[in-house]
Amino acid sequence: MDSLSRRRFLKITGASIAAATAVTSLNSVVKGAKTIEEKNGSVVKGIQKIPTYCDLCFWKCGAIAYVDNGKLWKIEGNPIDPLSNGRLCPRGTGGVGASFDNERLKTPLIRKSVRGEDQWVKATWDEALDLIANKMKKIKTNYGPESLAFFSHGIGGNFLKHTFKAYGTNNITAPSFAQCRGPREIGFELTFGDVVGSPERTDIKNTKCLVLLGSHLGENMHNTQVQEFADAVGAGATVIVVDPRFSVAASKAKHYLPIKPGTDIALLLSWMNVLVTEGLYDKDYVEKYGFGFEQFAAEIQEYTPEWAYTRTGIEPAVIRETAREMGKNKPATLVHPGRHATWYGDDAQRARSVALLNALLGSWGRKGGFYTPYKFGLPGYPYPEYPKPEREPADNPGKKYPFAEGELLSTGLREATITGNPYPIKGWFVYATNLMQALPNQQETIKAIQNLDLLVVVDVVPSEIAGWADVILPEATYLERYDDISDSPFKEGFIALRQPAIDPPHDQKPNWWIAKKLADKLGLSNYFPWKNVEEYLDTRLKSAGLSLNEFKKTGIIKRPPKPIYFEDGVQPFFWTQSGKIEFYSLKLKEHGFDPVPKFTAPEEPPAGFFRLLYGRSPVHTFSKTQTNPILNDMMSENEVWVNADIAGRYGVKNGQYIKLKNSDGVISNKVKVKVTERIRTDCVYMVHGFGQTSIRNRKTYLKGASDAQLVTKYKMDPLMGGTGMNVNFVTFEMEV
Amino acid sequence: MSRFGMAIDTVRCVGCMDCVVACKTENKVPEGFNRDWITEEAFGNFPNIQLEIRTERCNHCEEAPCVDCCPTGASHYHDTGGVVLVNHNECIGCKACVASCPYDARFIHPDGYADKCTFCIHRVEKGEDPACVSVCPTHCMTFGDLDDPNSKISKLVKSRKWHVLKPEAGTKPHIYYLT
Repeated sequence: MDSLSRRRFLKITGASIAAATAVTSLNSVVKGAKTIEEKNGSVVKGIQKIPTYCDLCFWKCGAIAYVDNGKLWKIEGNPIDPLSNGRLCPRGTGGVGASFDNERLKTPLIRKSVRGEDQWVKATWDEALDLIANKMKKIKTNYGPESLAFFSHGIGGNFLKHTFKAYGTNNITAPSFAQCRGPREIGFELTFGDVVGSPERTDIKNTKCLVLLGSHLGENMHNTQVQEFADAVGAGATVIVVDPRFSVAASKAKHYLPIKPGTDIALLLSWMNVLVTEGLYDKDYVEKYGFGFEQFAAEIQEYTPEWAYTRTGIEPAVIRETAREMGKNKPATLVHPGRHATWYGDDAQRARSVALLNALLGSWGRKGGFYTPYKFGLPGYPYPEYPKPEREPADNPGKKYPFAEGELLSTGLREATITGNPYPIKGWFVYATNLMQALPNQQETIKAIQNLDLLVVVDVVPSEIAGWADVILPEATYLERYDDISDSPFKEGFIALRQPAIDPPHDQKPNWWIAKKLADKLGLSNYFPWKNVEEYLDTRLKSAGLSLNEFKKTGIIKRPPKPIYFEDGVQPFFWTQSGKIEFYSLKLKEHGFDPVPKFTAPEEPPAGFFRLLYGRSPVHTFSKTQTNPILNDMMSENEVWVNADIAGRYGVKNGQYIKLKNSDGVISNKVKVKVTERIRTDCVYMVHGFGQTSIRNRKTYLKGASDAQLVTKYKMDPLMGGTGMNVNFVTFEMEV
Repeated sequence: MSRFGMAIDTVRCVGCMDCVVACKTENKVPEGFNRDWITEEAFGNFPNIQLEIRTERCNHCEEAPCVDCCPTGASHYHDTGGVVLVNHNECIGCKACVASCPYDARFIHPDGYADKCTFCIHRVEKGEDPACVSVCPTHCMTFGDLDDPNSKISKLVKSRKWHVLKPEAGTKPHIYYLT
């Protein structure tokens, strides 16, 4: 995918803004902000309000931490932050609990028995980092620097990433690509030449017709999106929800389509068929910006609503009516691209179908559809150049997945660790991602770990992956540390500061300190020319005519507004091969894939089995917030949703504990049954992240069931190596 | 006079529990307890379902059984807005109020007194909204003076369809659920 550089778009916008000098800085909002230096060890009397940004998920909402007589009290949204608009989501509001958690990691730990037995001796930072540095040096000497892989999640990984690039590895990955939004980004990039990005460039606030496919906003608590969703619902927008489960979003919908799991592409193709057949698409837009429309139109001719009915279970009349609703409201119709998109292994083509539907509606680049985001464009730190790795990354040997570029496949690095192909991976350094729940098939992860000479985990709590480590490094929570500056692409360009509100309670350290100290021990001190993180941040800010001292007071600095819609003067540009929106993809054809998406029926559950679906709770992020005492109080275990008729047939009662057994014979922990009318009869559902097995987290130990444990099968996306995970079937085990 | 109440828009509410979390941190509600909560009520059969999601709490009733039954006078109507409050020092933790509340809005705090939603009177008296209202990402809650015909809440109650919880209990609750 050489001609489609995912980075290019943002690079160009960044360069154009860097020239601008006007910066709006709203000082008045946060009164009495005090810095840590001013605190200087002694307790500050009264209430301090310290601006920072949230770390409970990847949304990075601006926040204000309240410290009452030196003790952390609460956290609220920063009113000048465009992401939160002064209102955090429940996880963000409960974020202070992370700091209070008495089961946090307190000191560095070194493994004292076999891997996975969770037996430790306490160590000093010097002891722990010396051990790590020595093993890293050995790996470099024996196998080359690329034989060390870095897995991370979130902006907190930035400084460590820098250390690993300086060390010489390019095997730097996050499960957020191949286990989450990767297929979506590739499907959109193949169509529009650009990714959806994070935060999603969805203009939900101004949409007149919102279409959600499996995306359960409201349960999935991406703050700005949920705020805008409520605004759209309040303003009377037509909501169309496609989901095997009657989600919260479905309860707000005018049309709820209870689709058969895994058949979304069929529905999308037939919607496009109706729009084209009935002439409801945006003809001017398609003519102006589209490429290959005729071939596309010819191909989708056969996908009538009647054809789709037999595949999806959605009545032809409903398909026509909803397509007409979309057509009527175009271009302010938004077919939401979702986020966690790794479902069935055909996910990039499903995402491409979503992209094509939006293209027909003319919503890309338009108000109420997809806006054109821009960044603040803060220059990076002028670091010395990294050594050039001699070998290609190990995640995708022979470019088996031709469209997996830009980000690495975490499962690909795991595979390389198991097989030694294309070269051995002998060290894993894991930052803030619980790989036991993030990657499918836990046995493969355990198998890979057996081949390692070094496994280091940096985390706040003793997560499940930490239990397998050789060395565990305890990190300060986001409320106790500086991090890199957030510069997200959004409706307005702005930067946000993370700064400590309190000190870490024990021997925990911020990741910047760990990264710098480790670099020192590796003989890479020249890559950290800054003395401390304040100096790093101030250097970056000074390069844009700003200062850390000012930034500390507001936590947010904005650029003046710019147009974000084509109709307001944004120049449409498509980084595709044709320079246009590709209804027919030459690139896909060239690689032997369908240039226009085709539908393939998913595998049916065997008799007595149900498809296992999973999703999100508004009070938890992945498997990382369950130990937070406040959020644990909101939801301490998950439930398995079982259709009421099925429950009756199997004699399963509401509130009863059962176990689930998948078709590979893996049996879950016991889980409470929610008997409900709100789900189809061919699937069951649970919230992800529970049933954790780290015995040192008493609050989460074996509470509920782990969907990740039951995801032993996964289906690879042939385009980009995503792991479709909704392909497992479970049955009920009554003996608990 | 003033009469404080809440109008809660069930069309906007997604049941995310942010109100519950914000109340907990604002009011330092101890682990294992909460002063507000989410109720989901589903009607119908798949796929034709109606779902109402509500954030619930003390209704600050005009005819509050918890005030009537309190043997010490700890449960009382506050001078401002008729907010139902508990004076912790006067409360003996006898649980009569807990049993009398038709909304199950009260619990005994580990420190021994009956506890519940205060409409965040400490914030309201400073001109702020209650914590739950000010945190809500969906803006589904409106707090205000029902006695003021020009307040936002009065206008909402006048213009929108609504219901209250357990009207048959005769408590005259002051939380209105807009539908």
